[in-house]
Amino acid sequence: MSEAKFTVGIDLGTTHCVMSYAEVNTDGESGPQQLFTIPQLIGPGQIEERDALPSFAYLPHASELPENQRQLPWGTPEYIAGEFARELGTKTPDRLVNSAKSWLSHGELDRRAPLLPLEAPEDITKLSPYEVSRHYLQHLLHAWNQRHPEAPLEQQQLTITIPASFDPSARELTVLAAQEIGLHQAILLEEPQAALYSWISGSSGDWRKQVSPGDVILVVDLGGGTTDLSLIAITEKDGELALTRVAVGDHLLLGGDNMDLALAHTLRQKLAQQGTQLQPWQFLALAHGCRQAKETLFSQLELDEVPIVVPSRGSSLIAGSLRTELTRTEVEAILVDGFFPHVPVDAPVVQRARSALTRKSLPYAQDAAITRHLASFLSKQLHAADELSDIQLPENARFLHPTAVLFNGGVVKASPLTNRIIDVLNQWLSDEDAPPVKRLQGNNPDHAVAHGAAYYGSVRNGCGVRIRGGTACSYYVGIESAMPAVPGMEAPIEAFCIAPFGMEEGSDASLPSQEFGLVVGQPVRFRFFSSTIRHSDLPGTVLSFWNEGELEELPAIEATLPATDRTAGDIVPVLLQASINALGTLELAALPVDGSERWQVAFDTRGETS
Amino acid sequence: MQTHFLARIPMAFKVLFSHKYTQTLLTSTPPTAATVTLTNSNTDGALQLLALLQKEGRLLDFIQEDVTNFNDEQIGAAARVVHQGLKKAITEHITLCAISDTIEGNAISLAENFDAQTYRLTGNVSGSAPFNGTLLHKGWRATEIKLPQTMEGYDFTVLAPAEIEL
Repeated sequence: MSEAKFTVGIDLGTTHCVMSYAEVNTDGESGPQQLFTIPQLIGPGQIEERDALPSFAYLPHASELPENQRQLPWGTPEYIAGEFARELGTKTPDRLVNSAKSWLSHGELDRRAPLLPLEAPEDITKLSPYEVSRHYLQHLLHAWNQRHPEAPLEQQQLTITIPASFDPSARELTVLAAQEIGLHQAILLEEPQAALYSWISGSSGDWRKQVSPGDVILVVDLGGGTTDLSLIAITEKDGELALTRVAVGDHLLLGGDNMDLALAHTLRQKLAQQGTQLQPWQFLALAHGCRQAKETLFSQLELDEVPIVVPSRGSSLIAGSLRTELTRTEVEAILVDGFFPHVPVDAPVVQRARSALTRKSLPYAQDAAITRHLASFLSKQLHAADELSDIQLPENARFLHPTAVLFNGGVVKASPLTNRIIDVLNQWLSDEDAPPVKRLQGNNPDHAVAHGAAYYGSVRNGCGVRIRGGTACSYYVGIESAMPAVPGMEAPIEAFCIAPFGMEEGSDASLPSQEFGLVVGQPVRFRFFSSTIRHSDLPGTVLSFWNEGELEELPAIEATLPATDRTAGDIVPVLLQASINALGTLELAALPVDGSERWQVAFDTRGETS
Repeated sequence: MQTHFLARIPMAFKVLFSHKYTQTLLTSTPPTAATVTLTNSNTDGALQLLALLQKEGRLLDFIQEDVTNFNDEQIGAAARVVHQGLKKAITEHITLCAISDTIEGNAISLAENFDAQTYRLTGNVSGSAPFNGTLLHKGWRATEIKLPQTMEGYDFTVLAPAEIEL
């Protein structure tokens, strides 16, 4: 795209959206990244620019806010996004949509069906997770085009970041949302990679001295709502350092907000023991107070306790306020030991059986111990770097040894938490006689993902080192194995590999020889699986057995062969082929054995129940 | 100059729509010995800042409440809300810096051409520059102020809306 004046990065986060940009010269190289401050409503009729757009949408009642009080410089959207939405939602939670991004990656629901806010009153036209994500993008698009009419966002190099653990349909929905508002050029980048790009860009070449071949960088991204883990290996090729993303962790809905809530619950109990029962709004204010108190305790290590006051809602401030305090002992017990306990590296992640009647809800991580998730991730990925000769593990290793850690996300501003992670990691390493990890510094944990995404534009133009990685999973379709029917027994399923791990964008997987019969004119659904562990399966590999946790089932995929030129009801033998398009999303096609057509196979974004 | 009230109505319209007429009016006023131009501050900005301080730090609630019957602990608890909130509101909207870098209590010297609005001399003020003294207060300067932009027709006098829960 020669007319691009800027490379732009959008961090479309679970709790905040951040936008960064850099000027690009004629060689495609970009300058230093700058934050794009985002105008948004901060009160009725009041607009201010902020570093981030909080990812909240509020659906106002017709009588609540007249149109002129919710106007933006570019028009009046149907609902409110950003800071004012978040504030309105603290008092009227039923009209607030939050964590839309987590719903977007929820495989068991129709992500394009109106379902948010969950508990909305009847007069509300609900929104789909997809619409909400598109709305945030649209807000950013308008804001940009208003400030840069000479360089519309549609014509800039644009990178949108997604969690490394996003499944193919959540990736596709993100791209579709961008395309629907005219951002056809947007490409995707995994957030932990973006954080590493930001570190590389910020070090101005010095990163080559800080890491060397054989290093394995663990990126720990602790955001407001999610935790994302990735491993990136450093190797040497033709005398140059090369980076390869070798593994990504599971999608964990566990983050800073859980921590504030955990503190608020403890204080609520403390107040209840003193005879004070909190109302829901007071609890939210308490959680907000806990966040500030926690930040104070973590930044001023000489303090033993911080008072928290829940102000009254009436105008009588002194008479109506509630006071309590958060102590260092509580913070250390609840946050440091609760979320980051010292555990052995083989500690299993605690799974509770879900109750049979679960409400429609987000699949929050059941085990709050992030160190146990980390242990499980590193153990599962023991062999992730086996194919890279530069990465050497001792014989007795029980997990993949990281040699460096890069932290990212709002939570990592609390040094007692990151220090604990380092302590735990070093304990595991020293148990296996490996040296301690080094910590890579210099990133702004709130803005690094957006900055890294903006920098990525110049990497794509050929300036700067690129992290190799491709797909973070291998993909499989489920086929029922042929066996005599046994009453009461489901036919066992076999997993047939259609896309290998590490497929680079713009490439096709080799065509496996297995034929599938598709009925013309009728949709055929396949069960669909992914694996983050099985790195060496090639297209055509058939698994008749796999270990618990080795394969994860994704929303089904669906193929429909149009009846044109063929007779409806006929069965046509096809081959399934996977490819990664230039935007970074997975595409599946059905190729008839007896023809040259190519039919798109769609990801089911509508959930299992449809 | 006495003008009948009714005569002042068309005059007001003329002032509104005719720059030239205003000029005539102004020049027709008898000149005083030395003309001093005083300006009024923009009250919109003041009201807007007040609303922000109320929203974040409950400033108006705090000063409007009668504190005589509360003990220090109760007032202290409320003061934390006010302090935390005001600090947030001020940091977000006004960039502050100290006027003098000298540590309070240390000696300071002011040259002849110092700005008297920026530096105030107190105590034994006599003699001529350079003035040598002790810095009592480092002073504050707003290097930048950024208030939210508002829609046309915005009513600045609403400092906090009345809240009704349904």
